[in-house]
Amino acid sequence: MSLLEVKDLQVRVEEREILHGLSLNVNPGEVHAIMGPNGSGKSTLSHVIAGKPGYEVTGGQILFRGEDLLEMDPNERAAKGVFLAFQYPVEIPGVTTWNFLHAALNAQRKARGEDEISSPAFLKKVREVAKSLNIPQDMLKRGVNVGFSGGEKKRNEILQMALFEPAVCILDEMDSGLDIDALRIAADGVNALRSPERAMVVITHYQRLLNYIVPDVVHVMSKGRVVKSGGKELALELEESGYAQFEDAA
Amino acid sequence: MPAVQETVERVRRIDVDQYRYGFETQIESDKAPKGLSEDTVRFISAKKNEPPWMLEWRLEAYRRWLTMTEPTWARVDYPKIDYQDIYYYAAPKPKKTLSSIDEIDPEILKTYEKLGIPLREVAILEGVEPPPGGPPSANRKIAVDAVFDSVSVATTFQKELKAAGVIFMPISEAIREHPELVQKYLGTVVPTSDNYFATLNSAVFSDGSFVYVPPGVRCPMELSTYFRINERNTGQFERTLIIADKGSYVSYLEGCTAPQRDENQLHAAVVELVTLDDAEIKYSTVQNWYPGNSEGKGGIYNFVTKRGDCRGKNSKISWTQVETGSAITWKYPSCILRGDNSSGEFYSIAISNGFQQVDSGTKMIHLGKNTSSRIISKGIAAGKSQNTYRGLVSAHRKATGARNYTACDSLLIGDKCGAHTVPYVEAKNSSATFEHEATTSKISEDVLFYCIQRGLSQEEAVGLVVNGFVKDVLQQLPMEFAVEAQKLISISLEGSVG
Repeated sequence: MSLLEVKDLQVRVEEREILHGLSLNVNPGEVHAIMGPNGSGKSTLSHVIAGKPGYEVTGGQILFRGEDLLEMDPNERAAKGVFLAFQYPVEIPGVTTWNFLHAALNAQRKARGEDEISSPAFLKKVREVAKSLNIPQDMLKRGVNVGFSGGEKKRNEILQMALFEPAVCILDEMDSGLDIDALRIAADGVNALRSPERAMVVITHYQRLLNYIVPDVVHVMSKGRVVKSGGKELALELEESGYAQFEDAA
Repeated sequence: MPAVQETVERVRRIDVDQYRYGFETQIESDKAPKGLSEDTVRFISAKKNEPPWMLEWRLEAYRRWLTMTEPTWARVDYPKIDYQDIYYYAAPKPKKTLSSIDEIDPEILKTYEKLGIPLREVAILEGVEPPPGGPPSANRKIAVDAVFDSVSVATTFQKELKAAGVIFMPISEAIREHPELVQKYLGTVVPTSDNYFATLNSAVFSDGSFVYVPPGVRCPMELSTYFRINERNTGQFERTLIIADKGSYVSYLEGCTAPQRDENQLHAAVVELVTLDDAEIKYSTVQNWYPGNSEGKGGIYNFVTKRGDCRGKNSKISWTQVETGSAITWKYPSCILRGDNSSGEFYSIAISNGFQQVDSGTKMIHLGKNTSSRIISKGIAAGKSQNTYRGLVSAHRKATGARNYTACDSLLIGDKCGAHTVPYVEAKNSSATFEHEATTSKISEDVLFYCIQRGLSQEEAVGLVVNGFVKDVLQQLPMEFAVEAQKLISISLEGSVG
């Protein structure tokens, strides 16, 4: 059984159909890259998997370990192990990162019927995780993403990914707004979290990111569909010839 | 359903059931005849065994009140109050002098237990974990004065306070036992002629707390008064007077609740604070009067006059308030910065939900040289409520070097509520520096989704964002109350009882 299975997904936003029958199969341990031009529906796919309000699913299915994901509330999906690294992580003034992560982790544990983790135990855990990712402790004390640079925001996403230990991570345009050094640091963080049990779906516009996070499978999206799938060499091919060749295929 | 929409729906569904303190205590009580007249005033004064000067003071206020009209400038709307349809005095029976806590009616003790207020003299254990890097938990003592309807039923830790020289007692007792102090200070901050509700209070106030901290004394514990309205159709008119003599310090907290009733009840209190040279008073309020039901029926009219006078040089008065209750709030805790180098602070969280109306803020009156003030106001409006900040900052001609910083932030939840900011600024001295910042924001869809994607429920997400919004003010509260206030804020905004 696939870990994540998207079957013939059709999605509308305000009467306009964005995804017209998209299918995708992701197995544990695999890293999938989804590439495509602006407006091809990449971000819509990530939002629908995570359960963001405002999208209407008019057809198809998303199964997570065989369970109907679309029937679950977004926080339920999170507790089951679906993680979305945001393209634009939000700022939450007055709430320390430490506090936010503790509340979120406990909410997930509670939903899974596990014991809540105490403040001292959590503090120890989060410090260890931060250390392993070379994230300064100081970041934990600051308001969630408040005054963070683009790179810091992305590292905060990776920190959360490491802490929550999700089964599937969707990385939405992780490279946007990052210079090359920040990109490398973020990619190193993601690579450290690759494991035989965990799958990743890397959504990106540019091939550049895939030099650092090397995918097993590459999908090309155009106009709301996957028009071609292949190995990592497909990304390089795209880099050479651009997306135009797929416009007609869609 | 979009996340914000869902929150709005939940907030809309909030019903009276959510008010945790809405129960009524079945006790016999001793009431004055309904309505207000000179006889009512005489009745109350006689009940309290007051000296003639006190009765005269009350009667003067009463006569003055007859000539006044109710103010209408606040952004609140309510049907005309029939002042003859209110009981002005209600006391739990039997009325006798109590020598120890064990003589209090067990029903009343139970009431306070239910409310979580310790009347027995036990040290309160902080039941919370210290924040990372924060100080370890310590046992702390809090002296409590409990006011039930019109009378004070218990004051704890009297002996220990006495040893430190601190006077903390019901004001009715202070009038008899320390007339010289009461006469010297009562009505000097809020004169009997001050405003309609304060004048009414002056005529009919029944009890409240009196605090005197002698020179150089740092009050050894937090002082606290807990107000409870129980009787039907009863107004509560408490009067609090706190004097911090030269170089002294005291921290004081008041809490309030009332049963759920369909009719509106009037609460018109007066609080006067006086700080002499180098003294400091920190006054915190957690106000949770019954706000009315989901149709806007019932609830407390909270028309309160609170004012502090920094009479001495280098003195300081700090107001912190967390306002979550009452159908209508009309309240402006203020500071008169009379002494040179004196400073005033106002930290406020005002939350309105359902049909609540809040018109609250502060006045910082700079009279002395180099006086400074700071105003941090956080208004949160949800449901169909209206939330107004109204504040005055003024510098007198002689207030050279006066400084003020004001920040008013409003947070809206849903689209049927309103937030308003009405600042008044008057500077008659050209060296005054006044800063004013104001923001209004909504909890955005994106922020909520981010939190929910991390596993938090809708309600937890709203609670988290709101608590972040009010953090600057919560930090001003004593630790235990900050935790309590945080819970209260979540309860006020959530669809379920905590």
